[in-house]
Amino acid sequence: MSIVSVIFKSSIGKKYVMAGTGALLFLFVIGHLVGNLQVFGPPELINTYAHFLQSKPAMVWGARIGLLVLVVLHVTTAVQLSIANKAARPVTYSGGEAYGSAWQSRYMLMSGIVIAAFIVYHLAHFTARLPAINGVGDFTKIKTVLHGEIVPDVYAMMVLGFQVWWVALFYIVAQALLFIHLGHGIASAFQSFGLRDHVWWPRIQFLAKGASIAIFIGYALIPISIYMRVVGSDYAGKAAAQLKDSASVQPAVATQGKETH
Amino acid sequence: MKVKLKVWRQKNRNTAGEFRTYESPALNENMSFLEMLDVVNEELANKGEDPIAFDHDCREGICGTCSLVIGGKPHGPHRGVATCQTYMRSFRDGDTIVVEPFRAKAFPIIKDLVVDRKAFDRIQHAGGFISVRTGAAPDANSIPVPKENADLAMDAAQCIGCGACVAACKNASAMLFVAAKVSHLGLLPQGQPERFKRVKAMVTQMDAEGFGACTVTGSCEAVCPKEISLDFIARMNRDYGVALLKGEPKQIAGGVG
Ligand code: HEM
Ligand code: SF4
Ligand code: FES
Repeated sequence: MSIVSVIFKSSIGKKYVMAGTGALLFLFVIGHLVGNLQVFGPPELINTYAHFLQSKPAMVWGARIGLLVLVVLHVTTAVQLSIANKAARPVTYSGGEAYGSAWQSRYMLMSGIVIAAFIVYHLAHFTARLPAINGVGDFTKIKTVLHGEIVPDVYAMMVLGFQVWWVALFYIVAQALLFIHLGHGIASAFQSFGLRDHVWWPRIQFLAKGASIAIFIGYALIPISIYMRVVGSDYAGKAAAQLKDSASVQPAVATQGKETH
Repeated sequence: MKVKLKVWRQKNRNTAGEFRTYESPALNENMSFLEMLDVVNEELANKGEDPIAFDHDCREGICGTCSLVIGGKPHGPHRGVATCQTYMRSFRDGDTIVVEPFRAKAFPIIKDLVVDRKAFDRIQHAGGFISVRTGAAPDANSIPVPKENADLAMDAAQCIGCGACVAACKNASAMLFVAAKVSHLGLLPQGQPERFKRVKAMVTQMDAEGFGACTVTGSCEAVCPKEISLDFIARMNRDYGVALLKGEPKQIAGGVG
């Protein structure tokens, strides 16, 4: 059998797939956070960054396809393993279950499924910008001027988007579950690749805890500070007015926007 | 002291089982858990009832025959000991103790608390050995083994093959057992020639037996009577990866005439 088919068929091979895709997704999560934290700067900062990304379609689409492959591999392997693991232990104990197990390890599939749902929502929210699901209006209408060019106003989209309580809440909940997922997952990935011994294991666990907490704080801070109107509330007001102006053309969208304020 | 036992009774593999409750007679608190079961069984036999079937042999924690999940934990409440080294003084007078068999698809029930652990034997047969003669005891001393390797190999060799790791794991994964066996031989000079062939063969057999995969929950390490460390699973994962990269060993054609 070829090495590829062994990897996708054997239990340890599948763990390599989980760990490899998980680790790469983890790196993406860090990069994405660094990009997003620019919302704490002036509006031009993140808008310039977003504009830079949009001006490189080959790079962006390459990254998107790569990420899609990673997520599909991670999720399909996770589902296969979870089904096989359940089948291996069909009967539970009445005297107590999973003695001595790390609690996060019992919620990997559950947290993963919520993260998957979040990814779908997040893409519809800020990438496809479907007006029906953001509780504000048509984000594609919000534009700003950057170096004499009319570009999408990503800053406005974020500060408007997270003023909606249920959107902010869903983002925070998803981040909390990512925190659980990574708190176990990062250390677990080292284990799956065999990169551990008794000296390094405590350090790896410390890294996993530290990185997952840092990622949680970093990401959760964005919707929280916008929802609390600490960040960009004046700007959001102006952007909302811009949305309303275009409302004469599209009244349905404006009604939707009004309801949430 | 007296205890109440809630014990899994099952006539054989093909009949449904159920929990039954028994009152123990007066016990000496220094009896082992298995001696307590002996006493309960004697009473059952006197009443003409079928005694509770359970596995045991050495009763001193070295053979790996005893099993049982006691109050949700394989091998009873303490860490680093087997069921046969668990004593009634670890329970309180009047306690209700739930006693169940090891649960795993790969460990089918034979009767009551006795499960079939031959899957472990088949994994061992797949590669848990050294094919050449390693000599008598004095020969061992003629091959120097670095102290750290000897220590680690001895840690791994502690595994008594009881299967508690499988029983505790929510995925019924046998990785701690297989890792211990793979590492024990893979750390010693005599085990080197077959090191990578061994890990591949044993893991393949492990998968074929229907054990689950590791999700690093830590249950196995927590219940192992020999405190085998999860480090060994990492070592196995590493060796397995190297084995895959090395590919199949070249077939050598013909004899040397
Ligand atoms: C941002 C997205 C994600 C990241 C960064 C991530 C990261 C990780 C990492 C590092 C691991 C540890 C790999 C290992 O056990 O060796 C892991 C495991 C796991 N992931 Fe994810 N994951 C993500 C999304 C998902 C999604 C969407 C699911 C959906 C089902 C999922 C399900 C799982 C499961 C079930 C495991 C445990 C697998 C096992 O231990 O065998 N993950 N993840
Ligand atoms: S690793 Fe520990 S629990 Fe598993 S079979 Fe060996 S001795 Fe028993
Ligand atoms: S009976 Fe031998 S280890 Fe318990």
